[in-house]
Amino acid sequence: MEAKWITALKSTLGEKYVRTAVVDRHSYSYDGSFGEYVPEAVVQVASARQVSEVMKIANHYRVPVTPRGQGTCLSGGPLPVYGGMVLDTSQWPASIEVYADDLIAEVSPGTLTSAIHQEVEAYGLMYPPDPSSAHVSTIGGNLAENSGGPRGLKYGVTKDYVIGLEVVTPEGEITRTGGRTIKNVTGLDITKLIVGSEGVLGVITSATLKLIPKPKAVQTIMVAFASMETAGRAISTTLTSGILPSKMEFIDHACVQAVEAYEPSGLPQDAEAVLIMELDGHEETLDKELQEILTIMKQLEATAVQVPETAEAAARIWKARKMVSPAIATIKPTKVSEDATVPRSQIPLMMKKLGEIREKYEINLVVFGHAGDGNLHPNILCDERDQAEMKRVEKAVEDIFQAAIDLGGTLSGEHGIGTMKSPFMENEIGIAGVDLMKRIKQSWDPNNIMNPGKIFAEPGQRLVLSRE
Amino acid sequence: MNEPETLKDVMNYEKAFDCVQCGYCLPACPTYETMETETHSPRGRIQLMKLAAEGHISLHELEDPVEKCLGCMACVTVCPTNVQYDQMLEGAKHAIEKNKEKPKHQAALEKGLFEHAVPSSKIMHSVGNLTWMYQKSGLQTFAQKLGILSKTPLHLGEFASVLPPMPSPKQRASREKVQPAQQKEKLRVAFFTGCVMDSVFFTINEQSVELLTLAGASVVIPEEQTCCGALHAHAGRHDEAVALAKQNIQMLEDLNVDRIVNNAGGCGAQMIRYDHLFDEGSDWHKRALAFVAKVEDITKVLAELDGLQFTKPLNYTITYQPSCHMTNVQRITNEPRQLMNQLPGVSVNEMNDPDFCCGSAGIYNIVQYDESMKILDRKMGDAQATNAQVIVTTNPGCLLQMKYGAERASSGQRAVHLIELLIEAEPKIKQIKNV
Ligand SMILES: Cc1cc2nc3c(=O)[nH]c(=O)nc-3n(C[C@H](O)[C@H](O)[C@H](O)COP(=O)(O)OP(=O)(O)OC[C@H]3O[C@@H](n4cnc5c(N)ncnc54)[C@H](O)[C@@H]3O)c2cc1C
Ligand code: SF4
Ligand code: SF4
Repeated sequence: MEAKWITALKSTLGEKYVRTAVVDRHSYSYDGSFGEYVPEAVVQVASARQVSEVMKIANHYRVPVTPRGQGTCLSGGPLPVYGGMVLDTSQWPASIEVYADDLIAEVSPGTLTSAIHQEVEAYGLMYPPDPSSAHVSTIGGNLAENSGGPRGLKYGVTKDYVIGLEVVTPEGEITRTGGRTIKNVTGLDITKLIVGSEGVLGVITSATLKLIPKPKAVQTIMVAFASMETAGRAISTTLTSGILPSKMEFIDHACVQAVEAYEPSGLPQDAEAVLIMELDGHEETLDKELQEILTIMKQLEATAVQVPETAEAAARIWKARKMVSPAIATIKPTKVSEDATVPRSQIPLMMKKLGEIREKYEINLVVFGHAGDGNLHPNILCDERDQAEMKRVEKAVEDIFQAAIDLGGTLSGEHGIGTMKSPFMENEIGIAGVDLMKRIKQSWDPNNIMNPGKIFAEPGQRLVLSRE
Repeated sequence: MNEPETLKDVMNYEKAFDCVQCGYCLPACPTYETMETETHSPRGRIQLMKLAAEGHISLHELEDPVEKCLGCMACVTVCPTNVQYDQMLEGAKHAIEKNKEKPKHQAALEKGLFEHAVPSSKIMHSVGNLTWMYQKSGLQTFAQKLGILSKTPLHLGEFASVLPPMPSPKQRASREKVQPAQQKEKLRVAFFTGCVMDSVFFTINEQSVELLTLAGASVVIPEEQTCCGALHAHAGRHDEAVALAKQNIQMLEDLNVDRIVNNAGGCGAQMIRYDHLFDEGSDWHKRALAFVAKVEDITKVLAELDGLQFTKPLNYTITYQPSCHMTNVQRITNEPRQLMNQLPGVSVNEMNDPDFCCGSAGIYNIVQYDESMKILDRKMGDAQATNAQVIVTTNPGCLLQMKYGAERASSGQRAVHLIELLIEAEPKIKQIKNV
């Protein structure tokens, strides 16, 4: 017999929006990370009022609700760990209302991030956060994960561009946080609490985003180095020279090799480390900044410097950077992507530790990432069918987290905690820190129905990457 | 051929592990957009195929998501990790086909169609003069013969009104089997006629040969050729697809030509993948590879020959609806546009999202009429927004669908095969100017 809550949802939303077929449930059982959990129903919503009704029913019947955008999360956020329903917001019609004079935009949660980029550009404006998944991910997912991207170095991440939210609480109340002004100190900053909360505090149903004028010009520079240390020095020297590039990306030797084997892209093959930078601003300033950077690179004995003269040539370099992810996936079928982040000065040391971890566990570990802000992406290429290897990978991942924490860094720069990193939370913020967060969660969600099983580990929970 | 043994083998199970579930294919998938659920997305389908191969869900449950897939392969083109979804889809269809019982009338129709009508060009022609499956009168006879009631849920009749008039049997019989190049011979090609093209769009085939010879290719039309097997493979009729491929491979081996040229995106897409039908390392695999190396779409050959100049200005705005199998399987996107841009007076107005499937997809528009129409309606909206008078395609299925779509949307637009447009522009042998 059908569960009562499913019947109640069907009569509220309509049969079509409450999917319970085996194939539907399995199609919402995964995300971009590991693990599969099959929900009892997939519920599709398209308005705050509907979300409110769903939450009231869920709260009444004590059914877990896991919000899900496009399921590109890399930390298990949208997995229905305790069953119940997946609340699909990806079919919520896109809506982007730009208020150019106020430099803000109001968006619906199902809107794709890249659609926002495109729409505001027509007004000469920019929404800076640029996760590489922007053409797939929803803004709701970005807000819940506080996603970042290459431009984070200069412009910050999602949380720096949201000034107001509409949120449905786990008890079904529709609330508004923040507002439409840049300055706003009325009460506690609930907006910032919700951003990055991974769907455990409520469902985001609308957001007011802050926009900035789009820079007039950009200039790409690619530099190769013979050692990690010099690359590290190049990063810190540049950042203390009075110039703030908009992007500063880093690729290690193994990634370069993989890209060139996958699709020859003109990356310097003998380099130990490659930095790809982008300057943005007014053309005249760019020229001056470019010259200064070239001087710095020369002093640091960069082995090669490329300054593309056309937009196409620059696009080719950025395409090579984009190729890293698919290219390394050809090394072995399973990719474990981490995003441990360290203070910028610690990058060379972190790289050294990663090298040691690679040796110790005999794994394929490559590194690329957003070097400018210390957000590295150590990626382990393995085969999920090889149980013994996966066990070694699990250990290596634990070591990576510990190394980042030891260097004053963090478990995750942008991918979130979810199910994947929750067992390590205490190591970073301590028992009292976790306890404080738990108490906040409890006061928001007394019945623990809102995306349970995330951020906070069950006693004895460990990282498991092998699939049985 | 050794029959693959386990379900996992049939379904190409191992390929599922190449999918990292990044979701990059979601925005490219037409059925994800129109059906609004991940169940009908590439990532969902791959997950379900994997589960079915493992026995966690049944083949019966897998059927609907697989049948609703257009096979447009837009997901393959955007996938960063090169997941071979085409092979997974074919494997899944093969497994499902082996396993299922179809509604009686559909099974009868498919049997008639696949075993008799499509493969034998003789029957295609004799039936084809009256019909192909779409044509009303012929269809009715066909349907009556198979005992299908007139109230069939398969929407065959819908497409009848947009068919061109059939050539007379005399015209068909008088086609020359060998046609020399009309200028200095630069290439020797075999022309692949294609079942649908040769019955429904016979004139376009005639025009194709004319363009080829005019541009400097000598053409043979081998009688031993048979259906490419695409519709069979898409319907999970693996063994029949293999038999047809073998016949075509053998046919080409006996000819002394540089290429085998086709003008149907879907046929070309099937033929350039013949090697996948055979076990790697086998003799047939090698022979298939030799065949594949010669398969070429007519637009590519014409662009390469560069032997034509177009003399009549056509004062139209046109828009190009690329065949998915051209774009995503054969990966030909430039040459058709290059040819269109050579036409005097024509302005090409690209539509939003041209690579979005038109919904014809083999016989999808007949067996999945309702889903196909949702996709077609989206496509016609984009096509109308270009204000083009003419919609140009490169595949018979798309051509029919576009003709039907224009009628359905009352857009007043005309749909043509690119070949027809080239002929309209009165091609002549290109005069080389001395520089
Ligand atoms: C190839 C690839 C590259 C990536 N690159 C980056 C990158 O450069 N930077 C980066 O930061 N991330 C990156 N990611 C991670 C991922 O794309 C982001 O976390 C993204 O924000 C997730 O969006 P989504 O719509 O897919 O959300 P989902 O994955 O569906 O959900 C993510 C989380 O948000 C919650 N959620 C979703 N919608 C709502 C809502 N309306 N209200 C409340 N909670 C909600 C879910 O419960 C879940 O916890 C990448 C992922 C992939 C696969
Ligand atoms: S894009 Fe490729 S790897 Fe990513 S989910 Fe789709 S099929 Fe899988
Ligand atoms: S082949 Fe086309 S319809 Fe099928 S899953 Fe891929 S993109 Fe979607």
